[in-house]
Amino acid sequence: MEFFERFAVPHPSPAIYASMVAIGLTVIAIFAGLTYFKKWGFLWREWLTTVDHKRIGIMYLISAILMLFRGGADAIMMRAQLAAPENKLLDAQHYNEIFSTHGVVMILFMAMPFIIGLMNFVIPLQIGARDVAFPRLNALSFWLFFAGAMLFNISFVVGGSPDAGWTSYFPLAGNDFSQSVGTNYYMIAIQIAGLGTLMTGINFLATILKMRAPGMTLMKMPMFTWSAFIANIIIVFAFPVLTVALAMGTLDRLFGANFFTSNNGGMDMLWANLFWVWGHPEVYILILPAFGIYSEVISTFARRNLYGYKSMVGSMVIISVLSFVVWVHHFFTMGQGAFVNSIFSITTMAIAVPTGVKIFNWLFTLHKGKIVITTPMLYSLLFIPLFTIGGVTGVMLGMSAADYQYHNTMFLVAHFHMVIIPGVVFAMLAGLTYYWPKMFGFMLNERIGKWSAWTIGISTLVAFMPMFFSGLDGQARRMYTYSEASGFAIWNMISFIGAAGLAVGFALIVYNIYYSFRYASRDIGSDPWDARTLEWSTHTPVPEYNFAKIPQIDSVEPFWDQKKHGKKLFEGELEKIHMPNNSGIPFIMGILFFLWGFSFIFAMWIPVIIFTLAIFGCMAYQSFEKDHGRYIPLEEVEETENKLGGNR
Amino acid sequence: MKIDHSLPLEYSTEQNRLKILGFWIFLGAEIMLFATLFASYFVLVNGTGNGPSGAEIFEITPVLAETILLLTSSFTIGLAIHAMRLGNKKAMLVFFGITLVLGLAFLGVEIYEFVHYVHVGAGLQTSAFTAILLTTLGTHGAHVTFGLFWGLFILLQVKKNGLTPETTNKSFIFSLYWHFLDVVWIFIFSFVYLKGMM
Amino acid sequence: MKLKRALLLAIITIATVLTGCEPLTVLDPKGPQAAVQANDIKLSIGIMSFVVLVVFAMLAYMLIKFRASKQKEDYEPPHIEGNIWVEALCVGIPVLIVAFMSFVSVQSNYKVESTPPGYEDKEPLVVYASSSNWKWHFSYPEEDIETLNYLYIPTDRAIEFKLYSFGPITSFWVPQLGGQKYAMADMVTTLHLAADHPGDFMGRNANFSGEGFAENTFDVTAMTPVEFDEWVEEVHNTAKPITEEEFVGLLEPGHLGKMTFTGTHLDFMPAPEGEHAGHNHGSSDDEESNDDHEDHENHDEHSEHSGH
Repeated sequence: MEFFERFAVPHPSPAIYASMVAIGLTVIAIFAGLTYFKKWGFLWREWLTTVDHKRIGIMYLISAILMLFRGGADAIMMRAQLAAPENKLLDAQHYNEIFSTHGVVMILFMAMPFIIGLMNFVIPLQIGARDVAFPRLNALSFWLFFAGAMLFNISFVVGGSPDAGWTSYFPLAGNDFSQSVGTNYYMIAIQIAGLGTLMTGINFLATILKMRAPGMTLMKMPMFTWSAFIANIIIVFAFPVLTVALAMGTLDRLFGANFFTSNNGGMDMLWANLFWVWGHPEVYILILPAFGIYSEVISTFARRNLYGYKSMVGSMVIISVLSFVVWVHHFFTMGQGAFVNSIFSITTMAIAVPTGVKIFNWLFTLHKGKIVITTPMLYSLLFIPLFTIGGVTGVMLGMSAADYQYHNTMFLVAHFHMVIIPGVVFAMLAGLTYYWPKMFGFMLNERIGKWSAWTIGISTLVAFMPMFFSGLDGQARRMYTYSEASGFAIWNMISFIGAAGLAVGFALIVYNIYYSFRYASRDIGSDPWDARTLEWSTHTPVPEYNFAKIPQIDSVEPFWDQKKHGKKLFEGELEKIHMPNNSGIPFIMGILFFLWGFSFIFAMWIPVIIFTLAIFGCMAYQSFEKDHGRYIPLEEVEETENKLGGNR
Repeated sequence: MKIDHSLPLEYSTEQNRLKILGFWIFLGAEIMLFATLFASYFVLVNGTGNGPSGAEIFEITPVLAETILLLTSSFTIGLAIHAMRLGNKKAMLVFFGITLVLGLAFLGVEIYEFVHYVHVGAGLQTSAFTAILLTTLGTHGAHVTFGLFWGLFILLQVKKNGLTPETTNKSFIFSLYWHFLDVVWIFIFSFVYLKGMM
Repeated sequence: MKLKRALLLAIITIATVLTGCEPLTVLDPKGPQAAVQANDIKLSIGIMSFVVLVVFAMLAYMLIKFRASKQKEDYEPPHIEGNIWVEALCVGIPVLIVAFMSFVSVQSNYKVESTPPGYEDKEPLVVYASSSNWKWHFSYPEEDIETLNYLYIPTDRAIEFKLYSFGPITSFWVPQLGGQKYAMADMVTTLHLAADHPGDFMGRNANFSGEGFAENTFDVTAMTPVEFDEWVEEVHNTAKPITEEEFVGLLEPGHLGKMTFTGTHLDFMPAPEGEHAGHNHGSSDDEESNDDHEDHENHDEHSEHSGH
């Protein structure tokens, strides 16, 4: 019994028991369903062992949407708790756990996989490749992310959630002030997911550098590919910093080291520095691909080429460099003096310039266009004004003297939500709606889609604009309650209404998926949006090998040129196609990493050693395995092409 | 797989070229990893608390031995790759084997060094300085350990399958990894030990 | 679009009405530092509103003018690569705005990091403000007084707060007197504030520090120098001295009301500054770290001697 006591949640509540039951029932339902419908084999062959970038992308998207609802539930609980002064819905400890997990889940387990999922699905199609550079590594990336996400999520019901904020500042996150295993979950789960992300970064850099279709020079790459390219460079340079920081945090918590403690020479500010040296570039890892999606969508539905292609690329390069030299603005108030603050204040505000260039380029793309407002376009058009509000408040926060007043307040919370939601979440929704027909062969309902876009757009304003005011009125962030006399009640009530509106908006999206799945037409062709880039030139559904013939590129918009100017995109004869084999190893390694992480969190060293050896065993097996992939015979390629509507 | 005979074997297929590029990118990430460790080391180097400082615990003999062992192994892996390019499988195996033996010897000395540190009261828990010292050295040491197993597997594969595009590619990538560890060690030697002892 | 604009208007109206009743705390400064910050904030809101309006106007123009429904069926949008002059303008104007704001920002940085203007003639009053879970301890070394969870300050002198923490990182914040600064366990940070007029202000820890964070507040009262002196006298006549035992008891996690003592805890538990600082704290101040090192060696020698 003593052994099991460690798994108990230190502060149980009805919500936690309900989650336990819900998780248990869901798992049973999934297992029973798979067994009843005899789908185990199908699941294993087609999904768990797949190395196909399209399926991995879809698995990323499904996980991201699930996590969106987990993080969204946290958000609703927080806003409900704060809707009225002295509210008793949640106690301090639960509130702390909820805002900590809300941050981690939304950034690392929702936004990241959403962006990476879209990159997975779109990039190889957009550059005319048959898969990514290292398909099996790609599968491993996904399963590591998934293991990390699942590990982080069970913290709610096994052992307790992290409660030191998503930034997990030491010494608060150290053993002295955070005794539950919650922060161990934070350290280990993010570490595992982070390894997966690093591999994704390497994989996509190699893919984009080496696997572009002939003729596609760097300056002929579609904007989404460019943005993903830059984002992956940032991943490769930023994530190792997080790896080290988390490793040091783990050593502090589990092995009694003194990196971030207040005695024996430790330095708590080092964590804050390392965290934000990763954390700020991380924001751009999310937003740059989002900008890429907007570029694609706006150009498609303005029926025009993207304005200022070169300055778009240049601004992203500048942003990526600047993103590494602004981290101190997350703690202007740490007492590093006027000189250091001045430097970081200037670099921070400087980011507004390339970002502004991008905004103006999108506006000029609309100029002389023929604007069609579809759901993805609506998200993009809502993005521009809302993101501008979020962006300019960022410049305000960059003024370091004034930041002494904004820091740690709801003003800051309002700022980053107004940047991340219109910037990243709208882009994800736009991207999801835009690429949905390519993924699943039917379109999402436009009417419901627009309703949800408007609901989400307006609710974002309602939920987050009041926070600017309550912040300026002195409401610190992360307070689980406040007094009637403080006068914050009205702002928080409005926020709660906005949060409820957001919930309705996301529910509408789910309904839309259901509705469209039931009723939408399956006869949509391969280019339902009249788009411009290569991913729309292949069949829908996309065959396993993406392109039967590798396209020849001579412009930024090769598919548009083919449609309008009759340029030949696909030439030559069909051939047999070389494809990688499926592999169960990545999935098995994901499970092993999950078990390894779980044992590590609870300091159960014998299982840790066993699973470590098992993980290395898998790698050794991979090293000795001979797998040269397989060829799809010419007849099969011809048959597939004919079935999908003819040879292109 | 199309094999391009105009290129060295390790570069001869599309997949091989991808792997080499991918590994270079990975080394970029590794540079960031060690750069972070070094930066943290410099920040915490005076955070000795009640524990010893570097000058009090560093010993020149094992450090010099480690340096010579690792530098030599970097040279022999270079010779192994040279032999591989010449198609001399036997010479390649010999040099590759010597590399691994030198690496093992390095690891032995490093383990001795760690035991010594713990013995003189410079354990992981002693102070921030000892923690970052052991973490930085340990990360490098873990890389060497991983490399030894990895190298051994490659050695076995070369022995069994001969010099194929696949095995030469693996060997070449391993040599990049090994040279990289050597470079990291030079930084550790200069900025941790020499600076600490002066 | 119409709906959104109506909504924006509604929000702005609500905001104006509410702010009309009672100004937002941060924009209602009662001290010179808070005034600098409030001015910066108002200035940046002004400039940024202009930027937002430009973007909104351009977006509205594009959407009204170039909607597909407003165009001929056979209209084919032209292929435009970009225009060097337009793009230079899109870079140039933001650069000018950012340069101007940087100029303001740098100036204000130096203002808020020094004794406020108009108060230079008198020595600032030094107050050590230290946090423990979840309380604030204020020590007045000059007056030899210590208070818990409340702060009395005179209006004629600048106050130099020396901030540190007995636990997690906290942030000392009195919005109406000026912005916040962190209090940390292994070093002392300095915050310069001053109050222009007598009054009561809200003060709190703004940095999340665990379970009792929300209630981690204190009351600030600014008073005339005469009143302040009277208070000091009164404390010395009525309060009992603080003892180490009692102070350690106060550090236990929890919430306590207001308390007053004579003496300060600095006598038996010095702040982490100077020789008591944690070892080298990344302020990358070489001199300081060398000093620390020497201290450390002396300490070792000392203990060796006592060992003999």
